[in-house]
Amino acid sequence: MADFLLFALLGGVGVALVAGPLGSFVVWRRMAYFGDTLAHSALLGIAVGVLFDINFNLAVVSCCVILALILVSLQRQKIVATDTLLGIMAHSSLSLGLVAVALLDDVRVDLMEYLFGDLLAITPDDLLWIYGGGGIVMLLIWRLWNPLLAVTINEELAQVEGVPVTRIRLALMLLIGVVIAIAMKVVGILLITSLLIIPAASARRLANSPEQMAVIASLLGVVAVLLGLYASWNFDTPAGPSVVVAALAQFLLLYSLPIRRSA
Amino acid sequence: MSPANLVEITNLNIHFGASRVIDNVSMALKQGEITTLIGPNGAGKTTLVKAVLGLLSPTNGVIKRSPTLRIGYMPQKLQIDATFPLTVERFLKTAAFASAEDRLQALQSVRAEALLKQSVHSLSGGEMQRVLLARALLRKPELLVLDEPAQGVDINGQIELYNLIASIRDRYNCSVLMISHDLHLVMAATDQVICLNRHICCSGHPEQVSTDPSYIELFGVPGAENLALYSHHHNHQHNEHGDIVPLDDEQEHDHSHCGGHH
Repeated sequence: MADFLLFALLGGVGVALVAGPLGSFVVWRRMAYFGDTLAHSALLGIAVGVLFDINFNLAVVSCCVILALILVSLQRQKIVATDTLLGIMAHSSLSLGLVAVALLDDVRVDLMEYLFGDLLAITPDDLLWIYGGGGIVMLLIWRLWNPLLAVTINEELAQVEGVPVTRIRLALMLLIGVVIAIAMKVVGILLITSLLIIPAASARRLANSPEQMAVIASLLGVVAVLLGLYASWNFDTPAGPSVVVAALAQFLLLYSLPIRRSA
Repeated sequence: MSPANLVEITNLNIHFGASRVIDNVSMALKQGEITTLIGPNGAGKTTLVKAVLGLLSPTNGVIKRSPTLRIGYMPQKLQIDATFPLTVERFLKTAAFASAEDRLQALQSVRAEALLKQSVHSLSGGEMQRVLLARALLRKPELLVLDEPAQGVDINGQIELYNLIASIRDRYNCSVLMISHDLHLVMAATDQVICLNRHICCSGHPEQVSTDPSYIELFGVPGAENLALYSHHHNHQHNEHGDIVPLDDEQEHDHSHCGGHH
């Protein structure tokens, strides 16, 4: 097997695994728009990376983490509703990124690669980021699992019960920021949220506990990556969108089957 | 702070911007007593409860509570997203550390043990309230704080729920602070009533409060409109125009009845 295909497989599978549990939280807490906003800011990270000659992965991760912090602090403001704020930040950061990239005259950045992903161009360096970053994210989710669930059920109840709610919420946002940054290579800025929410939404159909939902979402994500890569390889379709189409097919299939759940 | 008091509130003020939601409130929660907060919508009941829980900080005034005070809290309503697969058992597991036996016991004390394996999304209003109460009990609370425990529960279920709360107080030997809309339904199961309308209008034993002029001004003549189902003591009756006329001593009686007028 060609190296680039192996890297693509490993990269896609790594991102899908970590997207499962975090995507479940995005679905439970209705944070899809938040994810989109962080994703759109990733392009700004690329521009910053080019401008200051920083490693792209580092620049994108930093940009997503900083934006997550800004969003957390801005949620307390009462000037505009949260979804309006997210809309402003999402499209402004995307536009800022596009403008900044256009102004860098001596560097040619392939926009398509960042907007829709380039799974087949994943390098060993990218894999290091995906598995290093993804590993840390998984470890933290594992450690914080119960407080994360408690905060998702009801923040005030969790606080009375002694959960450090603000810190847990911040941790979740940062984790989502990191995952979005490392997933960018696979499906691209415009499609990242789908990789978080579609497998999780499909998994809901089969899950009877939050743990099951997280694991099933990871597995469905892995299958979607494999199917997408297969389609891309055989029919020469773009890899990122093919992965998303495969995830959509799973979703439609699972919701059209008569499945009985107990929870 | 007096040792018999779990929480002492002195001259509490809470302002949201220009609106004074809590205005100079002083009160104490006594060991082993059930305190009921009543008041119209927007009277600041939930705000006051959140201040007791430490979820809101006072604009000024002092809330003294023992730093080790174990509080069991039952929020007004729990909205769990339908995409969150959760059984009652798993829901209880996200609370404080507790053994399977503790969880079953907590459910038994609210008579909801049959719900253990059910999805939280399939529970009725009353069943959900019981499960929330069980979760609060898991913490072995010294103080139970219940924000409108009877919300979404039908009238017979409400009476049962208030009796349950009183029996839990006896069994767990804890204090209870709860919010209610209907004094007459909680009367039998309450030691202290605080009638709140941003400030404390009146407080004391339920019988005392129900005849207090400031209570009547807020809620109308006791029992005149509400379905009354409680044990009480008459000190007056109404003539054909609905005016209050005193009762002769020998006519006074204790009884339980169900009806709007007497």
